[in-house]
Amino acid sequence: MLLARLTEVNGAPGQEGEVRNLIRAEVEPYVDEIRTDSLGNLYAIKNAGAPGPTVMLAAHMDEVALMITGIEGNGYLKFRSIGGIDPRVLVAKTVVVGEKKVPGVIGAKPIHLQQPNERQRAFTMRELLIDIGARSKEEAERQVKLGECAYFTTKYEEIGQNRVKAKALDDRVGCALAIRLIQSDVSYPLVAAFTVQEEVGLRGAGVAAYQVEPDLAFVLEGTTASDVAGIDEHKHATSVGKGPAITVVDRSVIPHPGLVKELLALADEKGIPVQVRRNTAGGTDAGRIQLTKAGAKVGVVSVPCRYIHSPASVLSKDDFEHAYQLVKSYLERLEESEGSR
Amino acid sequence: MKDLIRTLTEAFGPSGYETEVTDLIKTLVEDYVDEIETDVLGNLIAVKRGSEDGAKIMFAAHTDEIGIVVTHIDDNGFLRFANIGGVGVATLIGNRVRFANGTIGVISREKGDWKETTLDKLYIDIGAESKEEAQAKVNVGDFGIFHREFVDLGQRLVAKAMDDRIGCVVLIEALKQIKEPKNTLYFVFTAQEEVGLRGARTSAYRIDPDLGIALDVTMTGDTPEARRMEVSLGKGTAIKVKDSSVIAHPKVKELLVKLAEENGIPYQLEVLEAGGTDAGAIHLTREGVPSGTISIPTRYVHSPSEMVDVRDVKACVDLVVALADAEIDIN
Repeated sequence: MLLARLTEVNGAPGQEGEVRNLIRAEVEPYVDEIRTDSLGNLYAIKNAGAPGPTVMLAAHMDEVALMITGIEGNGYLKFRSIGGIDPRVLVAKTVVVGEKKVPGVIGAKPIHLQQPNERQRAFTMRELLIDIGARSKEEAERQVKLGECAYFTTKYEEIGQNRVKAKALDDRVGCALAIRLIQSDVSYPLVAAFTVQEEVGLRGAGVAAYQVEPDLAFVLEGTTASDVAGIDEHKHATSVGKGPAITVVDRSVIPHPGLVKELLALADEKGIPVQVRRNTAGGTDAGRIQLTKAGAKVGVVSVPCRYIHSPASVLSKDDFEHAYQLVKSYLERLEESEGSR
Repeated sequence: MKDLIRTLTEAFGPSGYETEVTDLIKTLVEDYVDEIETDVLGNLIAVKRGSEDGAKIMFAAHTDEIGIVVTHIDDNGFLRFANIGGVGVATLIGNRVRFANGTIGVISREKGDWKETTLDKLYIDIGAESKEEAQAKVNVGDFGIFHREFVDLGQRLVAKAMDDRIGCVVLIEALKQIKEPKNTLYFVFTAQEEVGLRGARTSAYRIDPDLGIALDVTMTGDTPEARRMEVSLGKGTAIKVKDSSVIAHPKVKELLVKLAEENGIPYQLEVLEAGGTDAGAIHLTREGVPSGTISIPTRYVHSPSEMVDVRDVKACVDLVVALADAEIDIN
């Protein structure tokens, strides 16, 4: 299962190698050309130079992670988050650290040793340490290097009715979509750009768009679903199981209004459930792609994921499938209109 | 000119959805220019060719205005919304919203402490009695603007969206007066300024100008207990020194001052402590573009009642006209 393989590899911002290697192997049979650039973006290219608009499918390979910033005298590892992680989700989680995938656990002072005031608040990241079982600094240093990252160990699992539990669904679900969509039978130039460093500021996408110069770009994302306990309905950004989300505005981008309209009409025509994303916070690679050089037409199609940026998020395989069908239908429609030109 | 200001300020154009405004401007200027086109972001680019030895000047005035986007419709037909651009809660209560199809709604708030009244505690009432009735008129994802009519107070005019339709008016009026300019002039009616100077960025890349000039509103310090600012309504065009997006190129600022003095155009220097304009995006394009801003002094910016003085607007037009034939030697 593609999504299982994608979520079980690790790739902090700037350290996407494992993810890149996996994706390269996955797309190789389907494309004419594969290359990377100096930031680490991976491009899978079909029909370069053919007539018609250049279409780019963008998904980011990186995930939020914990970077090792110090090794204590007693062998514990200090860390900081790379990308936004709520420190409250960390205590007692199991992780693997660095290239050697050294197993560890995020430790904190147990409750019976905490002062009353400590029980009233959450631990900050500075108060947490990763325990890899080392007995000394020297022993830890043999296993782990500073700057390496720790990742959650969550296994991909199918749960309930057609739902998935996994880590890093933001944005391996987008990578999975791009891998499937690049296989579409079209004659115009089609480029899947697997971007780096999205979680630290949309960094890979700008240079990718600068190179690809897309006329049209779809950003494929895992977006926040807030149909969870304790949130008023009018504050739900998206809901799991109600179809892929189409962005009309977020902090980074106002997608092309004509494209939004076309996607909604296409969904209606094909009977594909979709939802408009109902929150304007957050940003995606689309913000950079739209504004590169003289500009591009961009759209954002996301699969709603609960609990993103945590050890385990949940999505609906139906939403995933419908996101695929929607963009696939668009690409086919474009092929028809280009062919008749 | 007042009729033009009325027409443009009353048009519908929240960020990203500026078509009504750009269509209007296109019909107004197409007979006066050599080329005109709209790009993928929705910028309208009108070109007036100059002589061989002239420079390439990009003027930018943004067509978009602040507004709202519908995020939720409840069972009783009330809408929840988020802001598009810099919208202050205090200016919203009791105000009205208009959608592209003409639907009007009134903004009110949930009960509670004013200090804790944030945007997500407000709602829009379009007079619907149910979700279904509301959805027949408005959908989640629809953009709206603050609905308010233009008022002529004599020298002073009040309207929503003076920011920055008044800048568009300055460019249109200048365009009509300029016959055979020395410099090649790109009049760019930019999209999406209010959400991050976005249209100016891509259009500046396309044009690759020698000089960039934004036309936009600036605040004033001439109202009761105002924040200190040395710009007043009625004292002429404001030549920007700096704001939070750009430090005007010193030679561009000096050129504008020199042109104002030579042509007897009333001007004031402007230091804006917060806020930015399209010049912020233009000056960082490609290898850098010397840029400045000609500002229209405006009271109550980002409220549905923004006030300008006609004399200042005319001074801005005169300065743009003077630039058309000016010797541009910066670098």
